[in-house]
Amino acid sequence: MSHATAAAEFVADVDRARWHDRALWFVRSKRDKCAQQLPEWEALRERASLVKQHTASRMAEYLEEFERNAVALGAVVHWARDAAEHNAIVYGLLKERGIQRVVKSKSMLTEECGLNPLLESKGLEVVDTDLGEWIVQLRHEHPSHIVMPAIHVKKQEVGELFHEKLGTTAGSTDEKYLVGAARAELRSKFLAGTAGITGVNFAIAETGGFVVCTNEGNADLGASLPALHIASMGIEKLIPRMADLGVFLRLLARSATGQPITTYSSHFHGPKPGGELHIVLVDNGRSKLLANEELRRSLNCIRCGACMNTCPVYRRSGGHSYGVTVPGPIGSVLYPARDMQAHKSLPDACSLCGSCTDVCPVKIPLHHQLLAWRKTLVKAKVTPWHMRAAMSVVGGVMARPWLFRLGGKLGRFALRWSPRWLTYNGLNPWGAQREMPPAAKQTFSKLYDDGIGHGSARMDGIDKDQNKLD
Amino acid sequence: MRVGLFIPCYIDQCYPQVGLATLQVLRRCGVEPEYPREQTCCGQPMANSGCVEAAKPVARHFAETFAAYDYVVGPSGSCVSMIRNHYDDLLDDAAEQQRLAGKTFELCEFLVDVLKIDRIEGRFPHRVGLHQSCHGLRELGLARQSELGPTATPQVNKVRTLLQSLEGITLVDLARTDECCGFGGTFAVKEAAVSCLMGRDRIADHQQAGAEVMTAGDMSCLMHLEGLIKRDGAPLRVMHVAEILAGNQP
Amino acid sequence: MTARETILEAVRRAQPEAMPLPALEGDWIRYDDPVAQFCAVLEAIGSRAVVVGSIEAAQATLEALPEYEAAQRVFSAVEGIGRTTLDANAVATPHELASLEVAILPGELAVAENGAVWVTDLGLRHRVTPFICELLVLVVPKHAMVHTMHEAYQRISAPRRPDGSPAFGVFIAGPSKTADIEQSLVIGAHGPKESLVLLTE
Repeated sequence: MSHATAAAEFVADVDRARWHDRALWFVRSKRDKCAQQLPEWEALRERASLVKQHTASRMAEYLEEFERNAVALGAVVHWARDAAEHNAIVYGLLKERGIQRVVKSKSMLTEECGLNPLLESKGLEVVDTDLGEWIVQLRHEHPSHIVMPAIHVKKQEVGELFHEKLGTTAGSTDEKYLVGAARAELRSKFLAGTAGITGVNFAIAETGGFVVCTNEGNADLGASLPALHIASMGIEKLIPRMADLGVFLRLLARSATGQPITTYSSHFHGPKPGGELHIVLVDNGRSKLLANEELRRSLNCIRCGACMNTCPVYRRSGGHSYGVTVPGPIGSVLYPARDMQAHKSLPDACSLCGSCTDVCPVKIPLHHQLLAWRKTLVKAKVTPWHMRAAMSVVGGVMARPWLFRLGGKLGRFALRWSPRWLTYNGLNPWGAQREMPPAAKQTFSKLYDDGIGHGSARMDGIDKDQNKLD
Repeated sequence: MRVGLFIPCYIDQCYPQVGLATLQVLRRCGVEPEYPREQTCCGQPMANSGCVEAAKPVARHFAETFAAYDYVVGPSGSCVSMIRNHYDDLLDDAAEQQRLAGKTFELCEFLVDVLKIDRIEGRFPHRVGLHQSCHGLRELGLARQSELGPTATPQVNKVRTLLQSLEGITLVDLARTDECCGFGGTFAVKEAAVSCLMGRDRIADHQQAGAEVMTAGDMSCLMHLEGLIKRDGAPLRVMHVAEILAGNQP
Repeated sequence: MTARETILEAVRRAQPEAMPLPALEGDWIRYDDPVAQFCAVLEAIGSRAVVVGSIEAAQATLEALPEYEAAQRVFSAVEGIGRTTLDANAVATPHELASLEVAILPGELAVAENGAVWVTDLGLRHRVTPFICELLVLVVPKHAMVHTMHEAYQRISAPRRPDGSPAFGVFIAGPSKTADIEQSLVIGAHGPKESLVLLTE
């Protein structure tokens, strides 16, 4: 299903679409406040972007340095070319140790790899412990946002879900009560878990350690109670120095949720005493992006979700309308690189307003990249032929002034004299909800020729109502 | 100073009064622009759809049409941004592209930055909502975007500065100062459902702020918004910034 | 070729021309009164910081907390502050800390811009201690206050135990929280439901 079709379905429930829009705008507003409080905000963004670009330019070296240092700290480092390899590594580690119950903190990479379905198919229990992720897991859905996975779910729906699954009071929508119930249930999962899987926010080449950021503390409970901790990371999570975190941790939470920092920014260096730490480095298309000059900077992404919160299209169409793990502007840049045909509608899910580029803490030129995708899709003839043909015709007309004038005349004539049914029908997506632009009796060029082009402006012959211009 | 007046294709065809107002504002500010009759379009509809090859001859035609002028001035942030920021793909001659980019200005930007004018004589005793069209705002930098940090430039809002200088005008405070209206060129038809909801939300914001007139530096945004306003029968008028600066009344 | 070699080779081929590594220094914000800034930020994120003149004053502040007074299972790793009734360093498995009500732990430094305190597991047998308790009290010397995260990272490095083995470090800013239900902030998600920072003179 194209984004436009899925979005139209979401928008059909206009109250819900507006509720979704307001929820995300609230987060965006908190972000703005944070940005406004720091005089160095723009300098920080610039710095973060440069650090990431530098890292990308020496990624192989940094990967080796990270591996060397992580191993020296006692971690085991694995490499996975793709999702299947990643899943096989993780499952292998669990199977070898006879582990049945896994607690997982939020990791978009494991979502991307489809780890949960695989482990579940092998009979393991996997519990997503981030509250939002757990809600969508209980609903048998995917996250609709990378930072707020259940942003599309209303509290009434959470109340019903928890009533059914946890036995909370029917009809209760009190967030505090619902979170309390989740806390109690998930505590028992944490205590019963025999392996903890986390994602990685930043991996530090110079130390071999990595940082995981959460507000709930779920990554820490999950990684610190069981003996085995598996951390999955995309290779783009690298930063050169520990001190670079000064830049990134200042930007991440402010951009994501408008907090000065997440509650917990945990620095894992090696396994806990008596425990095991395994780090899985995953490529899964990232080296291919690195090779693409136009899209390379999308690897800067620190998964803050700010581009989603600000995107007027995402806010009104919901994360699921994108049909991918990472929705919104950054997802629309990333996914066509995996499968152009399957995700060809994503670069069009954008009004090119450019707000995503402005909020991005690592300065990914998102709307320029989406435009670049449109060009690539046309070049590869993935864009429907009638669209390409129509634009060729328009281009041909616009390159010839006489044809433009003739076309304009005919168009305006048709617009003025056509019966309404001819203009407003199923073939005219503009007119379904909007009136057509007015067809002026005289063009500006004609008026200019008729005299206003010489001497002072002669405006008197012009009716102030544009439709009666004569 | 030879100034070429650039009137975007849809303004020429549908909104001639915006072209006239632009001409009038420039004349009042002491500039007598020339209107090259051969001009058509900047090529944006094709380029933004990704159809680079279809846009190339249009861009070439534009560059040739305006080659002789010291400045090119037009009442559209979006079309001007096309020429300034996106012609590198379309014109083979980099020097020509840079020359054209450097001399092409949006109307308000030309008044403030080139002519150094920050006051316009006139009266507009109405409550006005300023819709900050995205490309003028974010690609030309006509004002500081709400997303950027406190020290980002520019600190002044060029369009607002000019409007504010009119006698009697009240610029209303919007809840979302620079949200997109949902026009977005072909986006308006490809993603019509989202586009129309974005537009209606923008209109609602102007209405809750008590605006009688909604204005913008881009008639394309207003074309989309007016389409919705007329269909819904909303009590709001749209006027291009140039019309207000020219002294037209609603 | 192994996965490792394949990835490294693909990355090497894809890498753009080397770009310089930016410096760490910058014109970063300095607060007139970093302690006041720290306290204000903590309050805004649902926590509290108190400047205490002496160990006695710290103890008194703690005792004034009803949650502390009512608690049966308390662990303190800070000498002279709080009473230990459940020695977290004496239990064999971290799971035995599931019922820990209060943990009083030392913080190495505090960050004015965001209310965070740097806490390590040096001196802790179980890394889970600050995350599993219900009330977390962090004790930080007031002079260990830095303005920004940049300054914090100048002072800290990857923590090591005396025997050279790696340790764990975490910035903690306030109590555990979530806003995953309709963006309504609820304090006390999985970790501590309450937190307090004592800034000692």
